[in-house]
This record gives sequence, structure tokens and C-alpha cells, in this order.
Amino acid sequence: MLSSASREYRMSFELLLQYLFSGITSGSIYAIVAIGFNIIYNTTGIINFAQGEFVMLGGMTAVSLSAVMPLPAAIACAVVITSLVGALVEIACIRWLRQPSVLRMIMITIGVSILLREAALHIWDEKVRALPYFTGNECSSISILGAHMSPQVLWVLGVCGAMVIFLSIFFRHTLTGRSMRACSSNRMAAVLCGINAKNMVTISFMLSAAIGALAGCVISPLTQTQYEIGTPLAIKGFTVAILGGLGNTTAAVAAGLLLGIIEALSISVVPVAYKDVIAIGILLVILFFKPAGLFGNKETGRLSEF
Amino acid sequence: MKRLIPLCVLAVFVTAVQVAVTAAGQSFYLTQLTMAAYYTIVVIGLCMLMGYAGQISLGHAGFFAIGGYVSAALVTADFSAFARSGIGHAFVKAGFLALGKDAYGSAVALLNPCLACAAAILAAVAVAFLIGVPVLRLHGHYLAMATLGFGSIIYKIVLGTKVFGGADGLTGVPPFVLVPGLSVSGAMAERVPNYYVAWFLVCAAALFMHNLVDSRAGRALRAIHGNEEAASAMGVDTARYKLGLFVLSAVFAAVAGVFLTHYNGGIGPSEASIMKSIRYVAIVAVGGMANLWGAVAASVVLNFLSLRGYFGSYDEAVFGAILVLVMLFAPNGILIKADVWAKLGKRIHH
Repeated sequence: MLSSASREYRMSFELLLQYLFSGITSGSIYAIVAIGFNIIYNTTGIINFAQGEFVMLGGMTAVSLSAVMPLPAAIACAVVITSLVGALVEIACIRWLRQPSVLRMIMITIGVSILLREAALHIWDEKVRALPYFTGNECSSISILGAHMSPQVLWVLGVCGAMVIFLSIFFRHTLTGRSMRACSSNRMAAVLCGINAKNMVTISFMLSAAIGALAGCVISPLTQTQYEIGTPLAIKGFTVAILGGLGNTTAAVAAGLLLGIIEALSISVVPVAYKDVIAIGILLVILFFKPAGLFGNKETGRLSEF
Repeated sequence: MKRLIPLCVLAVFVTAVQVAVTAAGQSFYLTQLTMAAYYTIVVIGLCMLMGYAGQISLGHAGFFAIGGYVSAALVTADFSAFARSGIGHAFVKAGFLALGKDAYGSAVALLNPCLACAAAILAAVAVAFLIGVPVLRLHGHYLAMATLGFGSIIYKIVLGTKVFGGADGLTGVPPFVLVPGLSVSGAMAERVPNYYVAWFLVCAAALFMHNLVDSRAGRALRAIHGNEEAASAMGVDTARYKLGLFVLSAVFAAVAGVFLTHYNGGIGPSEASIMKSIRYVAIVAVGGMANLWGAVAASVVLNFLSLRGYFGSYDEAVFGAILVLVMLFAPNGILIKADVWAKLGKRIHH
């Protein structure tokens, strides 16, 4: 009697752990998308609605390139190509506008996201693709505390963690990163110091496209890539960015993991068809009651912290 | 009287198109023109919300879907169990429920489409009110994302709910009898009357909004668009006016949804998709914010071309490109208002 009860407890503990890991995996991707939002928001004050499309483009390009070159080279090329697309978007649609209104920028980036998605549909097709697993295959699994998962989960966590560390070093200790921070805190003063603010905006688009593309590559074996995955990712990434307080990268990581875990646990309560409704519901509730985010008051919500 | 000139032009144009198309023996064009008319009603409401109240909504397809789906679900549902009850009897007597037989010969009780229409509009009003109160306190990106989130929640709900038919949507919606002899349906013989019903609704919606702009409420809304703080300081109850217009535009969208669902005989989840919402916004942008007649013209042309399939597989790409190009090069719309033309003319004369 006792042993069966304890086995049941162990089962549910393992199940919980399983849910937690799957939540952390998708959560870390949301966090990367949110950081992509934040980088562009901090340098320009624009929310780039096409952010999710960078993730999609990275995954799709890498899948195609992996047919002709080794996987690491394919991923590297996909990241470079996507960041060039990011630069192109900025140069074509944003660089030359003089003090565009927020409404105008929202509509332009939404239009760009539709164009990128439709371009992907016509370059590739509507089929679902995936990169091969980085180590092992879809059957190999490792077990941690009794929970089984794919080694790819460790790749996702490792790469996302490395990206966050790289970004914080980049923004604190390199000249370019510090110039970008200067632009975001006071653009006029930065320009007077001889910083080319326009180039910093281009770099911020390239950087956020690049990290989005890399995230799209590492998640591709697990969740697959299709031309349509961008918009849901953008909504969730934005939810995370708001949850953490717009512009705050450290908080975005925490908020991303939080949303991922909530979503994963919610599957055991509500039907899978409504999974996205939970995330969007959280977004609406946060927007209505605490638009500065969970981790900030009104002041820090406005301050941009990389 | 001068204010009504655009309306008269529209009415004459609509009639002329019908006569010409029928005379040419190509009356199949009227089907797409009728559908375009219903989408235009959504555009009219959104144009007022964006242009005059300055509030962007990326979720208006959600209200269209609420209208269409609620009425479709109600008129196709079988109320025979309810009809046997005491209140049900009264409903049957009053003509609210119609007893009949379905294709398999079993008895069914169907709800009167008028009641379903009223319920759908009430549902849209309730949702718009509940969403509008918190959402309209937001600005800029937050407002855009909140309405986008609302739209995608509606999409996910209709896609994942059995009552709404999931990915297949609802079909078998019966004709909506407006008066004896005139019903909203896709029947070939009723093409011409339906065309006029749709365009009558467009004219009525446009006239209503046109008068609203010149009223006290319209002046308040324009003040809000100009500078919300200033309007508030002058004693305009900004929250109330914004909410009122939001609910009104939701009602327009819901009415369009009800009528188009009866016209098509069904509704699918694509009507609730985010892309549909963005399409409405793109059309308003082309016509020019706060330019009612421009939005109507843009809506008819673009919806007609899209429904006829002229854009092929590039349909969505065309709307994306339109949105980007218009916002980059002509943020005030490509169809400039008449008074701007007049001003330009004066400048040339001087």
C-alpha cells in the first residue's frame, strides 16, 4: 500500500520534472526572442514586430544549407545571412525615416514580417522541416533525476545561456556595445560624442536578427521549423519582454523561463489547443494591471537596461 | 447638403456598376462586390477608430468572427428540447423558433436569424466593452500588442472549440429573411437584391459615421486624436469617447460578420485570423487615416481584386507590401482628402 503510494508520488515528481524541463526549453527560446525585442527597443524605441520571423529565417536557412555543408558551417552561414536580412530591413525601412510616429513604425514592421513570411513561403514551401539533432538522434535520451529528455535540450539551454553571457559582456566591455548603450540613454549626447547613432541602430537590428537566427537553429530539431512559426513566437517573446519590463534583459530571461514553465504545466490542466491562449491571457493581464512588468516599477520600466 | 455629395456619388456608382455588369452578362462579379461591401463595413468602423480616435486595433477580425460565429452557431443549432418546455412553447408561438425537419427527417427547432443576429451583436458589444475598458488605457506598442493578443485568442478559440466547428468552421447557415421576399443568401436568383442590401448597409454605415464626425462626439474625438492630454484638460471625457467608438466599430464588424456568414452560408476560422485584422488596417492605411471615403474606395478595390484571386498566391504578400510602402512613402494615405486637393489648388493659383 505504502510502496504503491510512494511510487505514484515518484511518478508525479518525474512527470513534474519532465514538464519543467520542457518549459525551460521553450522558455529559453522566448527569452532570446524577448532579448531581441529589447535590443532594438533600447536603441530605437521601436518594437520590431518582425522579430519572430528572424527565428524562422534562421532555422529555414540552416536546414537548406545543411544539405550542402556540415552542420556547424550551415548554422554559422544561416546566422550571418539572417543578420544581413536584419540590416537590409533597417536600411530599407527605418534608417531614412525622420522621427516616425509609433503607429507608423508598428505598421511598417508588421508589413515587413508579412513580407518575410511570404518570401519564406515562396522560397521554401509550407512543409515542416527540421535540422538534425546536434548530438545523437531523436531516440537518444539522457535522464536527470529520473526525467528523460533529448540531449538537444542541453544544447538549447547551453546556447541560450552562452548568448546571454556574450551579450552582457558585449554591452559592458566592448566599444560598440558601450556606444549602443550610450545611444539608448541619450541619443543626442551620444551623437555629440562622435558616435554614429544610425550605424548603431543597424548593428542592433543585425545583432537581434543574429541571436534570433541562432535560437531558431538550436530549437529546430525539437519543435521543427515552418514558415508560419514567426508570429506566435513574436507574441510570446513580447509577452516575456513585457513581463520582465520592456528593455530589461536580465528580467527577460527570468520572465521567459517563467512563461515557459507556466505553459508547460498548463498543458496538464487545459486542452493543448488552448496552450497559446494561456500565454496571451497572461500578456493581457500584465498589460492591464502592471504594464511596467513584474520586475520593475514605473521608473525602471522606462529605463533601458541591457 | 454638400456633405452628402460623396454618398450620392457612391449610390450612383453602385447602381451604375450593377446595371453595367448585368447588361454585360457578367453578373458573377456581383458576388465578390457584395462580399467586398461587407468587408467595407468593418473598414468603415476601423477607419473611424484609427483616424479619429487615434486607436490602432489589430484584432478587428475577432469582432467580425464573434458576429459571424455566434449567429451561425445559433441558427444551425437544434433547439427542439427547449421548444418542448414551457418557455419554448411561447418562443414557438412568437415565431422565435421555427419547427421543421432536417435532411434525415427528424424534427428540429431552429432559432429565428433575427434573434441570432441580435445575440451576436450583443456578444460583440459585451466583449468589446470588457476588452475596451482596460485596453484603451494603453498606448502605442502596448495597445497594438494587446489588440493583436485579443485577436489571436479569438482565433485560437474558434479553432479549438467543437461548437464552432474547429478547422472546418460552420456550414449550412440558412438564408436570413429580412422582409418576406428579400433574404440574405448566396442563391443565384437573389444576387442583385443581395448586392443592394450589402451596399445599402455600407451607405447607412458611412452616413452614420459621417454625421458622427460633425457632432459633438466627433469634435471630441478629433480633439483626442490631436492631443489626448489637451482634450482631457478641456473637459473631454477621453476614456468614454474612445470606448464608445471602440464598441461602435466592434458592432459594425459584428454586423458585417452576421450578414456575410448568411450570404456565404457559413464561416471558417480564417475570418478570425490575425492576417485578416492586418488586412483591414492596411486598407485603412491606403485610404488614409480619418478619410472615410478614401477607406471605402480602397476597401472596394482591394477586396474585390483579392476575392477575384487577381493576386494569386501572393495575396498576403500584396497586403504586406501595401502596408510597408504606404507607411514608408505616404503615411497619410494615397487618397488625399478633397480639402487637401483644394488647398493644393489654391497654392498653385497664388
